[in-house]
Amino acid sequence: MTTAELQRDADGHLANRADWNEQVARDIAIEEGLEALTDRHWLVINFMRKEFDARGDAPSIRKLTKESGVDTKELYALFPKGPAKKAAKIAGLPKPKGCI
Amino acid sequence: MATPIEKVSIIVAGGSLEGMYPGLILANGARMEGIEADLFFTFFGLDAIIEKRMDKLKVATVGNPAMHMPTLLGALPGMSAFATGMMKKEMEKIDIPPVREFLEMIHDAGAGIYACKASVDMFHLTKKDFCPMVDDIISVGQFYERAAGGQIIFT
Repeated sequence: MTTAELQRDADGHLANRADWNEQVARDIAIEEGLEALTDRHWLVINFMRKEFDARGDAPSIRKLTKESGVDTKELYALFPKGPAKKAAKIAGLPKPKGCI
Repeated sequence: MATPIEKVSIIVAGGSLEGMYPGLILANGARMEGIEADLFFTFFGLDAIIEKRMDKLKVATVGNPAMHMPTLLGALPGMSAFATGMMKKEMEKIDIPPVREFLEMIHDAGAGIYACKASVDMFHLTKKDFCPMVDDIISVGQFYERAAGGQIIFT
């Protein structure tokens, strides 16, 4: 199945987490305009997945930058134009619900 | 679908803790959504970016009907500090940072932080009085120039 055929929710995020794998992440990243996923991108993506498994929602930017080792400036450079939403989408998670 | 917002200029005019947070949350939220954002602090809102005051901001317990506290009780010594402490604790629980940390976050996220020249002159302040996150002191004319093409939000 190609990425275009995967079921999406209303926000364009994957509808089923089970459909996610690293190749899907790379394909969604290209959709989102990122050229390649570096180790730093993966650090953020894996942290988000871990937090979502533990708490049922993607982490806030504050938590992400405090605990993942990627600071605010770098986060915005890695995922320009909306880091939390974009990283969640690539990580195969729903759009984050938090305000911070 | 409606045209998405691409740019916001947020004015913060209130000097109390509850007067400042809405603007900070809106600015941070804008950057999170990939929306360009500027914060413009004016009048008592300047307290949020004055180095010596920004860590000591308080909730207003008098003249604030939503506190549901009788005026005379709210006026007791220590009452504002107590209410401020309570509110900060609740904010920390939902991951809202203290003002200084929040401004650092917002600035690192690429938002501009500006002080209003008229207020700065009125209170006899200089650039040295402000925290390092402040990009510049600008006039109302410069504010409008920067705000061109976006939405202006007054808080």
